[in-house]
Amino acid sequence: MDTFPKLLLRNAERFGGRAAMREKDLGIWRETSWAAYLDRVRQFSLGLVSLGLERGGKVAIIGDNRPEWIIAELAAQAAGAASVGIYQDSTLTEVGYVIDHCDAQFVVAEDQEQLDKILGMIEQLPKVKGVIYSDPRGLRRYRDPRLMSFAAIEELGRKQPAETFNRSVEQGRGEDLAMICYTSGTTGSPKGAMLSFDNLLTMAMSLHSVDERRATDEFVSFLPLAWIGEQMMSVATALAIGFTVNFPEEPETALHDIREIGPHVLFAPPRIWEGLNSQVQVKIMDTTPLKRFLFERLMSLGGFLADWFLYRPLKDRLGLSRLRSATTGGAALGPDVFKFFHTIGVPLKQIYGQTEISGISCIHRNDRIRFHTVGEPIPGTELKIGENGEILSRSPSVFIGYYKNAEATQAAMTEGFLRSGDAGYFEEGQLVVIDRIKDVLKLADGTTFSPQYIENRLKFSPYVKEAVIVGKDRPYLVALVCIDQGIAGKFAEKAKISYTTYTDLASKPEVYDLIQGEVDKVNQTLPAAARIRKFVLLYKELDADDEELTRTRKVRRVFVEERYKPIIAALYGDQRSIDVDATIKFQDGKTARVKASLAVRSMEAA
Amino acid sequence: MPGPLLEVSQLSLRFGGVAALGDLGFAVAPGTIHAIIGPNGAGKTSLLNCISGVYHPQRGTIRFDGQDVTRMPPAARTRLGIARTFQNIALFRGMSVLENLMVGRHVHQRTGTLAGGLWYGPGQREEIRERERVEEIIDFLEIQAVRKQVVHTLAYGLQKRVELGRALALDPRLLLLDEPMAGMNAEEKEDMARYILDVNQERGTTIVMIEHDMGVVMDLSDRVVVLNFGQKIADGTPDEVQQDPLVQNAYLGAA
Repeated sequence: MDTFPKLLLRNAERFGGRAAMREKDLGIWRETSWAAYLDRVRQFSLGLVSLGLERGGKVAIIGDNRPEWIIAELAAQAAGAASVGIYQDSTLTEVGYVIDHCDAQFVVAEDQEQLDKILGMIEQLPKVKGVIYSDPRGLRRYRDPRLMSFAAIEELGRKQPAETFNRSVEQGRGEDLAMICYTSGTTGSPKGAMLSFDNLLTMAMSLHSVDERRATDEFVSFLPLAWIGEQMMSVATALAIGFTVNFPEEPETALHDIREIGPHVLFAPPRIWEGLNSQVQVKIMDTTPLKRFLFERLMSLGGFLADWFLYRPLKDRLGLSRLRSATTGGAALGPDVFKFFHTIGVPLKQIYGQTEISGISCIHRNDRIRFHTVGEPIPGTELKIGENGEILSRSPSVFIGYYKNAEATQAAMTEGFLRSGDAGYFEEGQLVVIDRIKDVLKLADGTTFSPQYIENRLKFSPYVKEAVIVGKDRPYLVALVCIDQGIAGKFAEKAKISYTTYTDLASKPEVYDLIQGEVDKVNQTLPAAARIRKFVLLYKELDADDEELTRTRKVRRVFVEERYKPIIAALYGDQRSIDVDATIKFQDGKTARVKASLAVRSMEAA
Repeated sequence: MPGPLLEVSQLSLRFGGVAALGDLGFAVAPGTIHAIIGPNGAGKTSLLNCISGVYHPQRGTIRFDGQDVTRMPPAARTRLGIARTFQNIALFRGMSVLENLMVGRHVHQRTGTLAGGLWYGPGQREEIRERERVEEIIDFLEIQAVRKQVVHTLAYGLQKRVELGRALALDPRLLLLDEPMAGMNAEEKEDMARYILDVNQERGTTIVMIEHDMGVVMDLSDRVVVLNFGQKIADGTPDEVQQDPLVQNAYLGAA
């Protein structure tokens, strides 16, 4: 069983009528059995082939997490083609770039929103033979000969002999290209990492060997399927193990749907864990003093009493009662949040990895979880620290290379090891990640220091959504801070401060005072030379649409520093405020103008 | 060419000595979007109130699908297929989104209080069927995330969307919208415009709406009726109306 389609055939035989997928639609969870999953993949695959999909071809897929996304992917792979996922919140130009660069013959789009992006670029996409949509809403007046419905392709496939499909699946090999994952990276244009079935399946099994998954498990898929982490869970592991993948009704209902499903396995970025934690904290803040007192006593007390009267009901309310495998990755998670989940009995683990190694190279082991590390290498993975302090890795899951970019592929490898671009060190066998190597700062006294470390400390404050530290080749450190509108807004409400927009809230002196307190707390923990001297609260949140964040929400430092150049210049001058006149770009290409005056806050006693 | 779905002729409405509407007439073809525009106090809402049956005109007739409905009470018009939304949101503030929409379906329910109260049997079957229709509307308006939230806790733009949903739950053939985008930000307006277009195109519902945002009116409408001081001063396609000197005068000259 060395390819995804072969595993699908096996599962359809082994599990038959059991649920492979569930999607909430019109308020009800609707099942797709393994047998029905195979039927739909077979039909869609044969349909695509009859329209001219070739072995070695590419099928680009864009949309929210739905069964059709995965069916399209498996259908492409069954035909000997590879799938290319595109982040659903990508802009017009990003979508056009990926579709053209990967040489996609077919594009599968969820709905009108995505279709508009593709049809908006269609003149520049001569290689595309067909654009397929699954949700027909609003498309009544669309006239393009390349436009076809998902159902029509399936109908086409139904007329083809099933034997053709089985033969095509048998021809597949483990070393075949399964997918291309485009990573926007923190600099430059996206690169397409090519991953084989072997890459992905060895990763799934290695991970399984240290963090067990079972065929009876429930999993909720709500992170972008274009991202390697979600592919690892919802496709590779789900097929290898045979667990059930559940798709939320809408992205906004994910937390609610998690509660309804009660997953055994949950893989989520820090913002989800922080969200769950703050749900509890906010409720506790609003409750009666007696309940708050009991909550605090039981949280610190522990033991079976606390377990029965607090932890279990709490886990039930969050939908985490059955959770056995809980992981976080992609960014740092605050120690307080970590501790909260471990206290109530959710064994949260950190993982670390990169797209080029099929997602994961390190994970915490059950009995050795330290909050500031990312755990130990997974089986089959060799990890070492390079001469410049860079984390290097080697495993059977290291990618084939970047699509049509041999130069970048070569630059990504050194002596058979994959470069990560991250600086790190080992602490009793566990890996500690410091920061991107190129971002590490040299302080006046010659020690190296990581802006990301300081940013993470700032972001552990509930009021801070995003922070960017600037200071390389500068006399001192300054911070650009984005407040968390929800929680800072709640603060403003309690303090009886009225505000209208994000920009307005971020300009309130009281909010500045609040954040100054948070910066001060962080400064206490830093050596004198690495303290933040000045900060501003930005007039907008950092946004992937403005190229300030990657699609996985990592700060693109170069872009941010370029964009806010005048603000940063003012932070190193002696201005007390900066006038801003900027345009904000929306996903559909529209723009809006913002005029504001930002205060500069100095941390020294004035 | 089918006859008009709505035909208003020689309509006059007075409050005491004040003439709110004077000798007004226009026709709405099935499947179209009709906008009613005009300065403040031009009589737009009064006109909508006459069509939905809240006000009773002193003179003139209103025909819906060929039938004279001028003297018909509002509830009877609803059963015929006329639904509306209000300038100031009119929902059950203390009930959930789902409950508000289910109430909208009430007009279509056939089983009595007893059967409904007993729940099992026909009452249950009907409830399930109606819930399914409501879920389709929830899906259509993308309000799944607030399905069980109490209405007054929702943001204003979202409440407007729920109100549209409540009107859609009536399965109307004619939908009257009173300033569906008032008080919304640019993004909410764009969403609402898309829903109105979708209602019109996907469900074939005829729409008459009062709207102030000229961009929206010109983009969405098939025809525009312009009122000033209770009189119709123009009636035509958005382009024709924009070129009309009387309209330009009412909007620009008088100011």
